[in-house]
Amino acid sequence: MYSEKVMDHFENPRNVGEIADPSGVGTVGNAKCGDIMRMYFHIDENRIIQDAKFKTFGCGAAIATSSMATELVKGKSVEDALKVTNRAVMEALDGLPPVKVHCSLLAEEAIHAALWDYAQKENVHIEGLKEPVEDIEELQ
Amino acid sequence: MKQRIYLDNAATTQLYPEVFKEMEPYFTEYFANPSGIYQFARESWNVVDKAREEIASVIGAKPEEIYFTGGGSESDNWALKMIAEAYAHKGKHIITSKIEHHAVLHTCAYLEKQGYEITYLPVNEEGRIDLKQLEEAIRKDTLCISIMAANNEIGTIMPIAEIGEIARRKGVLFHTDAVQAFGHIPLSVEDMQIDMLSASGHKINGPKGIGFLYIKKGIKVQSFLHGGAQERGKRAGTHNVPGIVGMAAAARLAQKEMEKRSAYESQLRDYAIGRIEKEIPFAVFSGSRENRLPNNIHFCFRFIEGESLLIMLDAKGICASSGSACTSGSLDPSHVLLAIGRPHEIAHGSLRLTLSEKTTKEEMDRVIDELKKIIERLRSMSPLYEDYKKEQEKSNV
Repeated sequence: MYSEKVMDHFENPRNVGEIADPSGVGTVGNAKCGDIMRMYFHIDENRIIQDAKFKTFGCGAAIATSSMATELVKGKSVEDALKVTNRAVMEALDGLPPVKVHCSLLAEEAIHAALWDYAQKENVHIEGLKEPVEDIEELQ
Repeated sequence: MKQRIYLDNAATTQLYPEVFKEMEPYFTEYFANPSGIYQFARESWNVVDKAREEIASVIGAKPEEIYFTGGGSESDNWALKMIAEAYAHKGKHIITSKIEHHAVLHTCAYLEKQGYEITYLPVNEEGRIDLKQLEEAIRKDTLCISIMAANNEIGTIMPIAEIGEIARRKGVLFHTDAVQAFGHIPLSVEDMQIDMLSASGHKINGPKGIGFLYIKKGIKVQSFLHGGAQERGKRAGTHNVPGIVGMAAAARLAQKEMEKRSAYESQLRDYAIGRIEKEIPFAVFSGSRENRLPNNIHFCFRFIEGESLLIMLDAKGICASSGSACTSGSLDPSHVLLAIGRPHEIAHGSLRLTLSEKTTKEEMDRVIDELKKIIERLRSMSPLYEDYKKEQEKSNV
């Protein structure tokens, strides 16, 4: 049911953990639906994401998409990180089963939530960034 | 891959080699259609007759009260739709519970669309209905009560004899979905005053694709499948002779071994439950301690999600199940867990282990050792667990 890439990122997830004193942290999803993702970014003065970590409560796909999403944003500027869409995460994982597409939407939203937190804290503007929704249902 | 440990016997069981041996001649040697007029068909006919007697004797019914079907789901569908239709003049009300199998719940939903009214009784935290509530739910126009003998997820055994007594006294028909109970716990349609009972072959080490419906003599039987005179004209379709032979052989063995098997399984079950409760923190036990199927273990592990747990167990060669949202493609957790009052976030972390008499203590020990490691790992990734720990630290300060 899952691709090899998904299984790899589920069994050996990259970037699991927390960042002490992060530049931005965002949590999306809800326990009722069975998925919660939290992402921590460390962003330097040039607005480059130097480090990204995550914690996720959810199914195999939720953990794998979190892992892949943090991999994809690491080293990118906040503007480029904003371009990491759910489609990009899915493609990087060689696809997801149709019922798991919402996990990739959640991953995209978690990136936005962490960037939003950073923008709020630093009082900076990121072109194109909207206030994230917590409940993924609203995205579908 | 390590040696496989199969702990999903509530989903299906291994066909016993000795059962298969009894079935074998009816595939290749005695292949005749039992409805044939020639001598050659007689062996097939006789063996179906004999199987009917064997099945009937296991539940204390008469052979002519046993109707072979394609499985438990068909039996459930047939029982409810038949009663609804045949007794529609009496009323349009049916009583069931919130934790039935979907074969019953979805049939009830279908009947609701046809204008029937269904009462879904709540259950307590063990998963049992309240008998007083049942009695109060019975109305003049109630046709039937359909309550499962044992629950497929949390293994709770319902007070079947008491329900049968109420139904008989109130003049209401009583159907029980005994798919998980048949061959595992003693069932007597006479003592328990059961009017209809659904069961299947593959949950008792018999073949898949075969089941039966017991219908008490005197009940108006309406055809479910049309197109042939089989099963006294009530269930058309060429007899699945090897399947019928296999189910009867499995039922005979199950009956013979029940006491020994159930003692062994429940001891191993309780040992595993004890170890989990002692060694894994935040494990929420599900179901009943006394009224429980001998082979069912069910827990919800807080702060983690069931599907990721199952995949990690699978990577260790352990076959288990959860009833979690993700596996079924819906975001809602199990209707059974919600009905026993589990909050959504806890219900998501469910795990069902159903053992067999071949499961060993060494296997259970290995499973629990792996389980401990996997749960610890998933919790280390869980934002819910992180929040919980931070709150604990705060309140400790």
